[in-house]
Amino acid sequence: MSAEHTAREKRRELRSYLVGFVLAVILTAVAFLVVAAGLPTMTAYGVIAVTALVQVVVHFRFFLHITLKRSTRDDLQLILFTTLIIGLMAGGTIWILDNLHHRMM
Amino acid sequence: MTAVDHHRHPGINLGHTDPDTHEQAEETLFGFWIFLMSDLVLFALLFATYASMMGSTDGGPGPRDVLELSSSALETGVLLFSSLTMGMASLAMKYKEPPARLQMWLVATLILGLVFLWLGGSEFVKMASEGASAQRSGWTSALHALLGTHWLHVAAGCVWLILSILQVAIFGPQSPVKLRLMRLALFWHLLDIVWIFIFSVVYLGGLA
Amino acid sequence: MPTTEGWWPLVFGRLSFDALPFYSAIATGAASLVVIGAVVVIGLLTWLGRWTWLWREWLTSLDHKKIGIMYVIIAMVMLARAVIEGSLMRAQQAMAFDNPGFLPPEHFAQLFSTHGSIMVFFMAMPFLTGIINFALPLQIGARDVSFPLLNSMSLWLTAGGAGLMMASLVLGKFSTGGWTGYPPYTDAVFNPGVGPDYWIFAVTLGSLASTMTGINIAVTIYKKRCRGMNPFRMPLFCWTSLCTSVLMIFAMPPLTVATALLALDRYVGTHFFTNDGGGNMMNFANLFWLFGHPEVYILILPAFGVYSQVISNFSAKILYGYDSLIIATMCIAVMSFTVWVHHFFTMGQSANLNAVFGIATMAIGIPTGVKIFDWILTMAWGRVRFTVPMLYALAFMVLFVVGGLTGILLANPAVDFQVHNTVFLVAHFHNMLIPGLLYGMIAAYTYWFPKAFGFRLDEWWGRVAFGCWVTGFCLAFLPLYPLGLMGMPRRTQEFFEPDYLPFTIVAGIGALFLLSALTSLVIQLVVSIRRRATLAVPGGDPWDGRTLEWGIPCPAPEYNFAVLPVATSRDTFLAAKEDGTAYAPRRAYHDIELPRNSMTGVVFGLALAAAAFGLVWYMWWLAALGVLVAIGAVVARSFVLDTMRIIPAAEVRRQDEAWLAQVRRLPAADRDHETTPRNQGIAEAPAP
Repeated sequence: MSAEHTAREKRRELRSYLVGFVLAVILTAVAFLVVAAGLPTMTAYGVIAVTALVQVVVHFRFFLHITLKRSTRDDLQLILFTTLIIGLMAGGTIWILDNLHHRMM
Repeated sequence: MTAVDHHRHPGINLGHTDPDTHEQAEETLFGFWIFLMSDLVLFALLFATYASMMGSTDGGPGPRDVLELSSSALETGVLLFSSLTMGMASLAMKYKEPPARLQMWLVATLILGLVFLWLGGSEFVKMASEGASAQRSGWTSALHALLGTHWLHVAAGCVWLILSILQVAIFGPQSPVKLRLMRLALFWHLLDIVWIFIFSVVYLGGLA
Repeated sequence: MPTTEGWWPLVFGRLSFDALPFYSAIATGAASLVVIGAVVVIGLLTWLGRWTWLWREWLTSLDHKKIGIMYVIIAMVMLARAVIEGSLMRAQQAMAFDNPGFLPPEHFAQLFSTHGSIMVFFMAMPFLTGIINFALPLQIGARDVSFPLLNSMSLWLTAGGAGLMMASLVLGKFSTGGWTGYPPYTDAVFNPGVGPDYWIFAVTLGSLASTMTGINIAVTIYKKRCRGMNPFRMPLFCWTSLCTSVLMIFAMPPLTVATALLALDRYVGTHFFTNDGGGNMMNFANLFWLFGHPEVYILILPAFGVYSQVISNFSAKILYGYDSLIIATMCIAVMSFTVWVHHFFTMGQSANLNAVFGIATMAIGIPTGVKIFDWILTMAWGRVRFTVPMLYALAFMVLFVVGGLTGILLANPAVDFQVHNTVFLVAHFHNMLIPGLLYGMIAAYTYWFPKAFGFRLDEWWGRVAFGCWVTGFCLAFLPLYPLGLMGMPRRTQEFFEPDYLPFTIVAGIGALFLLSALTSLVIQLVVSIRRRATLAVPGGDPWDGRTLEWGIPCPAPEYNFAVLPVATSRDTFLAAKEDGTAYAPRRAYHDIELPRNSMTGVVFGLALAAAAFGLVWYMWWLAALGVLVAIGAVVARSFVLDTMRIIPAAEVRRQDEAWLAQVRRLPAADRDHETTPRNQGIAEAPAP
């Protein structure tokens, strides 16, 4: 590999971290500002949820370099499977305990 | 597609800068990545437990009495910044910059990690002094378990950083050392992702 | 001697002379057995001067085969203890009509708690982990697992957990909360003693070990397959092992969370599962079964894989419906995460919620049914040889269907409300796990034993053991179905309903058969070792095998394959035998790199077990020391860079060529003489 190629790759990867960092800072700031400004609770929840999910994607993309390229599909599949399991387990837990809670009222 | 491109894994890929280590990394990092996924499930269940105990304050303090926006913003900033310095350390390792540069980024990450531990630790002390210790109610128990588990993970990361700094100094950039740094970076970045959920659900969700 | 003041509590915590098991003759006897057993083993090793050999060749070994064998040894020892405990319970119930029998209630509760915990965590898990460890790398043509040191650490964590279970027999009383450890039975208010703490930490050590094993096996399957071994050429056992390891990776965290939070409740005074302070003990049941349901598939899937190998092998036919078996296995693995509520239908949630999980539970029967049909069709029109592993497979197919049908009954919440907490449930899960796990593991043990030690197991005693296991199971557990329908609660120490008695007596007789089965296995092993010269199969292929592991010597060399194989089909070795290239001279030999032995695993596992023991007895210094030593061992290891050793190509060539020459001299045995001394590990070529 040529030195020039390596230098280009280095610039690209450095930019990736910086872009990711800036995006993460912005998303975090938005979420915190919404709460600090005292927006209505439901609106705030909506904004927080969206910024959090987008920020997770940003971290995966720019810090952990998970992309949609074919060569990284294994890792992506693993993340998606983990998400499924977490959804089943955490979602199920909240559903069941909430259901019990209501029936105990 | 060359062989080097074919073996890809999460996090920084050494690729053409160190093809031998890159090839070993495929297996090692895949294993570690699976471990991290398992760890994520553990956190998810602590979150689910926390969510199910939101109302279990037993007449004691609730989120608005205990949690503070400013301190959590500071913790968030410190941890986010440490992700960047860890990224810089990864790049310094990959592009074979002088060891001093790599060490500098690792030390920076360590300092930020220690600051986070200190901030988190003082938050626990403050909560205990305000009558919101882990023993107070179901909700405080769940809160402490969630924050405490993340805190312990960061502490483990800090120990790992200290060892890495030592090993870079003793062995230099040998492949086992590089492979450990690459795993450490994954661990560190993933802890930051867990923290996104913590500040969104616990702090912002509790204070909104 | 005062044990609650001065220096005593600082050193020994809450351990005192009261902890010694002199409260009942049975407890004293059991503890003496453990102590005498340990003394005899230690004495024998010292007398024979085998300590160095044991340490160098076995304990510190990172060889996946030896680690697998050590797992199976742990499983066998724990199996012996748990079968005896089960028999004691059956004996108690056979005579406890209107009289207290010989076991007081608290002791009976300890017995069902240890029996269940041991059978699941320290018999079944080590057994299947050992079998996977041993056979899987051989089947995919690999030299070792991906992370040999991690493998050793998992083994020693498991050994530490099993050791803790054994310690609980000698010092203090075990939990009375059952293998599921539900609070409030295990909370600090109801049981402030050491029992639940023993349970918590033994189970936690086991679950950490299983998580690590799961990761190791999954990565091995993903990254260590030999050339040509694409996923759809892997033997089915590899597929079920993969699904099991995925389940281990994702199902162990809920258990870790459940036991950790319970420990916090007991040690720190938090309110996760307490009755007061906003705690919610139902979350424990929820978390436990989030683990517990996938766990039953962790237990059963490897046995499904073993049966697939065994049925195809001894029917001399290619496995029918390979793709459908894989799809069914994967469906089972994913669906196992969607049915956990059926373990607590009666907890009080709404009928709609129960209905969802009831339907999901019934649906999981579909892929399992697919498998049964595939196995039957594999045998159909084949030339079936009724060897011991095949007998277990056949018994499994019949009995497992019965268990499955009762499972469908239980999946209906309305039926479940009628029979929950009765011995109907006990009958059901023993009906799934004895044929579905134990038979499979014994079949695997019999099938792969020659590959591990170089000689077959004695066939006749194997059949005796088989007969006893099947008779014993049927007598001991089938009567529990009617008993459950009649309303007999599980975990009953004494009863007053005369109609129960005939059934409990039959079940007690069944327990005698199960004890005989265990004894027959021991006799079989002893007889086989004494007759090892006539049972030897140096040719390496005693069963006319189809997959890669049969193409190497018996016992397998430490590097597994002198030259890494290339897979050409699902039954590569069979294909090679058919076109006459199975024992062809190799083109070239290369140096082989293997991991050096390491004591890290031993130190790590035993230090954490010591820490757990310290936590159980409030010996805080021991807990801290154990954790520090365990971390220190890992840190120290990270400073060792020279971890591999080389076996030179010339040495590999010498060993391999000697074996190939021996193979040419050995007589081939036809399949009618498979179980006679004529079988020396070379299968007769099939008629053209």
